Amino acid sequence: MGWDGAMDLPTLTEVRLPASRADLAALSSSVIPLGGGTWLFSEPQDHLTGLVDLTTLGWTPWEVRPDGGLSVAATCTMAQLVAIPARDDWCALPLFRQCAESLLQSFKIWNTATVGGNIATALAAGALIGLGGALDAELVIWTPDGGERRQRVADFVLAQRVTTARPGEVIRSIEFAPEALAATTAFRRIALSPLGRAGTVLAARRDRDGSFVLCVTGGTTRPEVIRFPDLPAPAELAAAIGAIGTWFTDPHGAADWREGVSALLAEEIRQELAQQEGSTPCGSR
Amino acid sequence: MRFEVNGEPVEAAPFPGQCLRTLLRETGRTEVKKGCDAGDCGACGVLVDGEPVHSCIVPAHRVAGRSVTTVAGLGTPEHLSPVQQRFVEAAGFQCGFCTAGMVVTASTTTVQEADEADLPRLFKGNLCRCTGYRSIRDALAGRGATEERGVAGGIGRAVRAPAAERVVTGREAYTLDTATTALTHLAVLKSPHAAARIRRIDAGAALAMPGVLAVLTHEDVPQVLFSTGRHQNRLEDPDDTLILDPVLRFAGQRVAAVVAETIGLAEAACRAIAVDFEVLPAVFDPEAARRPGAPLVHGDKDAAASRISEPTRNVVAQKHGELGSVDAALEEADVVVSGSWRTARVAHASLETHATRGWLDADGRLVLRTSSQVPYLVHAELCRILGLEPDRLRVFTARVGGGFGGKQELLTEDLVALAVLRTGRPVQYEFTREDEFTNAPLRHPKRVEVTLGATADGVLTAMDVDVLADTGSYGNHGPGVLFHGSHESLALYRTPNRRVDAESVYTNNPPSGAFRGYGLGQVMFALESAMDEVARRVGISPFELRRRNAIRPGDPILVTDADEETDLQYGGYGLPEALDLAEAALAEPGEPVPTGPDWRVGEGMAVGMIATMPPRGHFSEVRLTLDADGGASLDVGTAEFGNGTTTVHAQIVAELLAIAPDRVRIRSSDTDGARYDTGAFGSAGTVVAGKAVHLAALTMRDRVLAAAGPGAALEAGGVRTVTGLRPLGGFAPLETTGSADGTPRGLAFNVHAFRVAVHTGTGEVRILKSVQGVDAGTVLNPEQLRGQVEGGTAQAIGSALYEEVQVVDGHVVTRTFRNYHIPQMADVPTTEVLFAGTYDDLGPFGAKSMSEAPYNPVAPALANAIRDAIGVRPFELPMSRDRIWRLLHP
Repeated sequence: MGWDGAMDLPTLTEVRLPASRADLAALSSSVIPLGGGTWLFSEPQDHLTGLVDLTTLGWTPWEVRPDGGLSVAATCTMAQLVAIPARDDWCALPLFRQCAESLLQSFKIWNTATVGGNIATALAAGALIGLGGALDAELVIWTPDGGERRQRVADFVLAQRVTTARPGEVIRSIEFAPEALAATTAFRRIALSPLGRAGTVLAARRDRDGSFVLCVTGGTTRPEVIRFPDLPAPAELAAAIGAIGTWFTDPHGAADWREGVSALLAEEIRQELAQQEGSTPCGSR
Repeated sequence: MRFEVNGEPVEAAPFPGQCLRTLLRETGRTEVKKGCDAGDCGACGVLVDGEPVHSCIVPAHRVAGRSVTTVAGLGTPEHLSPVQQRFVEAAGFQCGFCTAGMVVTASTTTVQEADEADLPRLFKGNLCRCTGYRSIRDALAGRGATEERGVAGGIGRAVRAPAAERVVTGREAYTLDTATTALTHLAVLKSPHAAARIRRIDAGAALAMPGVLAVLTHEDVPQVLFSTGRHQNRLEDPDDTLILDPVLRFAGQRVAAVVAETIGLAEAACRAIAVDFEVLPAVFDPEAARRPGAPLVHGDKDAAASRISEPTRNVVAQKHGELGSVDAALEEADVVVSGSWRTARVAHASLETHATRGWLDADGRLVLRTSSQVPYLVHAELCRILGLEPDRLRVFTARVGGGFGGKQELLTEDLVALAVLRTGRPVQYEFTREDEFTNAPLRHPKRVEVTLGATADGVLTAMDVDVLADTGSYGNHGPGVLFHGSHESLALYRTPNRRVDAESVYTNNPPSGAFRGYGLGQVMFALESAMDEVARRVGISPFELRRRNAIRPGDPILVTDADEETDLQYGGYGLPEALDLAEAALAEPGEPVPTGPDWRVGEGMAVGMIATMPPRGHFSEVRLTLDADGGASLDVGTAEFGNGTTTVHAQIVAELLAIAPDRVRIRSSDTDGARYDTGAFGSAGTVVAGKAVHLAALTMRDRVLAAAGPGAALEAGGVRTVTGLRPLGGFAPLETTGSADGTPRGLAFNVHAFRVAVHTGTGEVRILKSVQGVDAGTVLNPEQLRGQVEGGTAQAIGSALYEEVQVVDGHVVTRTFRNYHIPQMADVPTTEVLFAGTYDDLGPFGAKSMSEAPYNPVAPALANAIRDAIGVRPFELPMSRDRIWRLLHP
């Protein structure tokens, strides 16, 4: 009996369900890791011959690090990420949900999409790339030789769909330092429609020592991180936005608009964080 | 592996890379729909262990040992779940193809526990192209306005669609929702070049692959030119297309087709076909296309034989005319307004993609089950191309998952027919969502220049219009869209001096075709914007300007030819009332203006006029049978794709026979059924097919009454005679027919008005108030009609603010819903739909058509409101945030 035509991934000859790290040896340029699959299965992948399903490795979705930081497994789903309970010393936690909400897809995708998959796919609008960039999160990447390397999210993503990952490498986790989690954060995004795919995303934090980090994604070909030792003056911030040279035009917005509205939203963020100046530090709330 | 579906165990062996959607459909769960196969639209939504997912992007192997619930597992037509019941009561669907996913999503606790204000966020992964979402929001909130079908009579009542319970439970079968033994699949190799010639094609390697049954190339097809665009009169479209052509004129055009045991094999075999292309020069700019020296897209065609206006200038159709003296009138005008407007390519985005399944029946006759608005026209043209006798082909449709003009085409049927005849096997060809953007026709982009002259009192004295339409690489609907587009849009205003120069040109862009409004909306965007500017310059309200200049009964209905013979009449004239309704509603408060210093508020309106039927004949011939049980069976040729004609036809029969609408059984859109129907386009379902139904039912009533004797009358429960009440079924068997020819035609008017707020820093447009005054004649079914107006408005808001099929050097860039934004629930405001109390002399029970009309005035009304808000006029669609921002930051 035939029912239907499929837009599956017909070039695959195998999907491996690994039980341990040793089973990841099958990875190559045409056999790649499968996270949630929400992006992999959404577009033709005729260059692939196999997938290795990381979700069968049974990684704990997230753990508190001994230093009070947070380690999130690559296979943690969006739904699990936004359900991490609040802690007094994790003032930055609202930014997790704000970035997850920035995902184009609906809450239903949250049940399938993974943190590692979102970052590895390296779309300009990758919701968690902005989160990782603003909080200086670090990726733990398993290398094919059995070792690991660490790299900041903002450095991992080189361009649209291009990362530093080499064939055989697997993102194991994304780590957030306690200092970044203790920061005050602010978030802005805009798209061409109320809930459409992001035109530009700005995620920012202000550490307890006053330093300011802003990560711009969505409208730039790679995450752009702007740093100031203290809250910048409006003109300084505008100049920093103006110095970004990687704005692009695509169906989700023109480059000049992306730059223009990013300057506007950056200033809104600056004012929001300035208003919190002198308020009670987060940890003692 | 084993898993459960709706409580039943399933044993399956998914292949590597298979997604859950196709596995579920393979096991017979056809209630799980394919809308996009990319996780964007939500039509494939199911629950896995109670959690909602988009099954098209869930790897199938992951459901091993788990429990899947589909929409069919939530309830049955006899025992609806509470959510399904609410969708029925609120008429929360039109074509219904998105409904399975909507109902599944609505059934989750996340949605059940949500505030109504949070629904747009929760439903951003569920796209509906038909309704405009108001009725879905009503369903989610438990507000229902429809009536049961069990009460005798029907006209004017909000009777539910006959298929409602089946749609909301996933039982209604669409084109591919049926099992076919030994089905094979067809895949197409698409051209990588926008202009090329096939020097050599070698399918040897593909043919040698196991499971490959046939490869079709240009050497295997009849050398019969045709047009994919279908009309009653086949001469309306140019014969410029072959099933497979050695010359490729757009990127994505069919190069070859493979038939194989599975779609994966067919696609792999396509990749194994070796083609030697000679790349040819291409032209993409419609202005450049008609200049001397431009590459000629159909330079090889005979102008007369193919009915191409000037193939040596890439002009497929043109119209030039002048009434009075425009130049002299402009010279004397107190006010002159001029501008050049542009509209974008737009995709129909029906949730059900184009698809055909074909086979040979027991008599060896070719049968095609297809997603079409025009099965009879497909039948006629395929018989012509393939040299088949009419009785050797049957074409029919199941319920069609949306059309909007995109299925007034012959896009999948020809290849399936050829493949079935070649292989003897059942064959299926299903468009992917990407195919819908690259291979299905798009709305014609137009550049429209308008100059208007007026007196200081705001009386129009001159109208000069120049239209350039890009019909793309094939001329399907090119002439029709050009001629129709420049007709009612311009005929609306009394202007003694007018000039029209309109041309539609070939380019190497993807083909344009029929789209809701059929060319009118593009011209109205320009003309109604120019009218707004006249009102500003004269200093009167735009409503008043229309009152002073719009045609009224007694005025000739013409463009530039004073002697034009027309069958257009003022069947009922509702423009003044529609203007008053919209003007009064706009004066009322709406959503509050957003806070902050950067918002600017403005108001705007526009008018649309449209003929109630397509020109040059539209035919329908129906058969009505009285059954012994007192019900009636209707064979009608028009297709149901969410337009609601089936409901209206049942209401018409019910009203005249004094039976309940649920006693009317309707068989539609099958060349084996009703004798004929031109098709479900041009808003003809109510006024042409419905008129034929009306006549068949009137004849039936007359014959029953004649048989019952003098003084008899029909009433609920039977026929009242001098001897008492006799059951209607006692008069069976009785068969009548009715026919309609689509002439004379009337006029309908729609007036849309908006209040908007525009953010000067970002270009964001927020709609604070949206109203439409609607001249629909008698309202046969208020909920359905409201739904048509809301759906047309939503689709037009999409074209006005968001949608553009972007094409770069002939290659479509926007190939998925994530890159081509059709309105989500969050994007569509509530529109107040206000019906004028008109009665049409021509339509059944005084009704007018109202499917295309609501779309047309929306974009210019929005443009005029934005102009009012920011002081700068937008000239280009879509009026996206980046474009509005650029107007403010030049």
